[in-house]
Amino acid sequence: MTEQTQQAEIKRTVKKLSLIVLGMCGFAFALVPLYDLFCEVTGLNGKTGGPYVFDEASAEPDRTRLIKVNFLTNTNEGMPWEFWSGQGAVRVHPGEAKTVSFYVKNTTNRPMVAQAIPSLVPISATEFFHKTECFCFEQQLLQPGEEVEMPMRFIVGRELPKNVGSINLSYALFDITDRVDISAAQGAGPLDQLPTAGG
Amino acid sequence: MSEVIHADHHDDHAHGPAKGLKRWLFTTNHKDIGTLYLWFSFAMFLVGGVLALVIRAELFQPGLQFVQPEFFNQMTTNHGLIMVFGAIMPAFVGLANWLIPMQVGAPDMALPRMNNLSFWILPFAFGMMISTLFMEGGGPNFGWTFYAPLSTTYAPPSVTYFIFAVHLMGASSIMGSINIIATILNMRAPGMTLMKMPMFVWTWLITAYLLIAVMPVLAGAVTMMLFDIHFDTSFFNAAGGGDPVMFQHIFWFFGHPEVYIMILPAFGIVSHIIPAFARKRLFGYTSMVYAVASIAFLSFIVWAHHMFTVGMPLAGQLFFMYSTMLIAVPTGVKVFNWIATMWRGSMTFETPMLFAIAFVVLFTMGGFSGLMLAITPVDYQYHDTYFVVAHFHYVLVPGALFSIIAAVYFWFPKWTGKMYDETLGKIHFWLSFVGVNVTFFPQHFSGLAGMPRRIPDYPLQFADFNMISSVGAFIFGLSQVFFLYVIIKAIRSGQPAADRSWEGAKGLEWTLPSPAPYHSFTHPPAVKDEEVLG
Repeated sequence: MTEQTQQAEIKRTVKKLSLIVLGMCGFAFALVPLYDLFCEVTGLNGKTGGPYVFDEASAEPDRTRLIKVNFLTNTNEGMPWEFWSGQGAVRVHPGEAKTVSFYVKNTTNRPMVAQAIPSLVPISATEFFHKTECFCFEQQLLQPGEEVEMPMRFIVGRELPKNVGSINLSYALFDITDRVDISAAQGAGPLDQLPTAGG
Repeated sequence: MSEVIHADHHDDHAHGPAKGLKRWLFTTNHKDIGTLYLWFSFAMFLVGGVLALVIRAELFQPGLQFVQPEFFNQMTTNHGLIMVFGAIMPAFVGLANWLIPMQVGAPDMALPRMNNLSFWILPFAFGMMISTLFMEGGGPNFGWTFYAPLSTTYAPPSVTYFIFAVHLMGASSIMGSINIIATILNMRAPGMTLMKMPMFVWTWLITAYLLIAVMPVLAGAVTMMLFDIHFDTSFFNAAGGGDPVMFQHIFWFFGHPEVYIMILPAFGIVSHIIPAFARKRLFGYTSMVYAVASIAFLSFIVWAHHMFTVGMPLAGQLFFMYSTMLIAVPTGVKVFNWIATMWRGSMTFETPMLFAIAFVVLFTMGGFSGLMLAITPVDYQYHDTYFVVAHFHYVLVPGALFSIIAAVYFWFPKWTGKMYDETLGKIHFWLSFVGVNVTFFPQHFSGLAGMPRRIPDYPLQFADFNMISSVGAFIFGLSQVFFLYVIIKAIRSGQPAADRSWEGAKGLEWTLPSPAPYHSFTHPPAVKDEEVLG
């Protein structure tokens, strides 16, 4: 191999390897949507899905099973809001729609915006837990001292694995006041016009 | 011999190194750059070692003696980062620089200027990282795995320096790897087919591919951290729709191949040293090559075994458990081949061989504790205990580090033309061997009994094991200062070494004079069968 052909070969190798490096840089960032997609398909990280369309009239609840659903509430990083579940726990038949309520109170003297993030165990139940209506689909803007009751309507799918007898659904309330423009939110009116995060 | 004659003919082309500091700043010579890498990694090894001794001094007795928990966290974090990215990896790159061109019969690396750049980035990267320890708020304190949100929401302000330091290290590694692959694929002497390549060259070829595949992922992870911290994104922030668990997936997608990046070149080194001192051909050369390739492939599909306790479905746990255990098969092939190479060999036990045999034994122990950790239900108990610390130190210290020390003793005569003092080398070996086991073996027990890692204090029942461990750590640390003495003494007053410094050593590098001339193989050598390893 002469000097020139060797230099040309080296150039070609370096070009190919640089493409691999660029491709892997792209792959690193592609992992983010891939991860979300993977979690959505498998329910892996316990994040329940977005609004679910459910035809209650034609629904046939499975009366042979009774599933206990426990509700857990917490505020993230010592966020000074009160946040609690009205029922604590309910028992439902698979395929039966149920409405529960959550209460939240802004104990501070400034307006704040919060976002609730769900997490569910066991993971195998995630994809069978459907919500037709949930405060977690939107952000909550509360004035100082304001207190609201927030409904959540859900159905446990009839296909829920046989070995699941109880489900724990946890909501963590995150303070996102710094991330959203409060004055714009107040002026705009309906909160669901704000960009929402996750399910 | 023919090389010497060629050199005489081409006196007008041949020139020695420049004088003074400029030689080292502007050098494009693979031997100079190899030397720079090796000294740099040794310096980092001492710095990382001092941090380790701070940890062990604090853990000598229960209670808080010397440092506060906040500082202790910085010590564990920086010890890990410096040893992984500053000591082990640059040492292997230094060996690659010194050895690969000589072993494949090439005059230099394919891209000598880039080679200079990839080394000189490193002192700046580590200068930045270590400087954070003296900043307000302290240096990185979130563990070497820098899990979000510890490294984002709760990180000290200096985390940005850490992020850019990691970017620089990554750039250095990627450039180094491209250089190594380009050299191996294009600059082998005529007649050196892929399956005649020395094992060190093979293992580095595969390691370099691993590096260019995963270093960009690490760069991506720290870039996302940077964005979360400064630009209000929410890659890892649940409040904004992100997920901290995703950080762990991305990190370990880099991190697990990284573990093999630190051990595959070690496999190559040991595959040179054991045949040389057993005076036999390497047993099962072909299976060695395929074993390394299989380990490299498997390293990409086992990452979540670091995350069993984070939560994943049963199918995922089973998949990652079995794929992890599968790695034991090619690794077992390699251990078997090393033992079969020694079998009925005419063995002698010079210092490099002692380190190589200790490598085989102790690395295998580290591998077995790894198999225990791979068992998902058992991992729930072992996770984040000192058992894990014992496991990865057994594969990294008497594993990767011993192989580097063995390589230094083995090729030292070729590099310098001097022989080290065999008695001092043996003393160094036995001090290191005893030190490493006294340090890390008791950690298996404290870990099984439930002592958590990364905590500066512990209940009284762990006191004895920790005291033994700390004594061992100081023995081991001081014996590496002794190593420095052995090397400096050999450089200054070692006996002249023969061209083939070890009678059983094979490979093109041993056909060169000792010390290897500044420019070697300016004309490609003939590859003779007796110089082929397998």
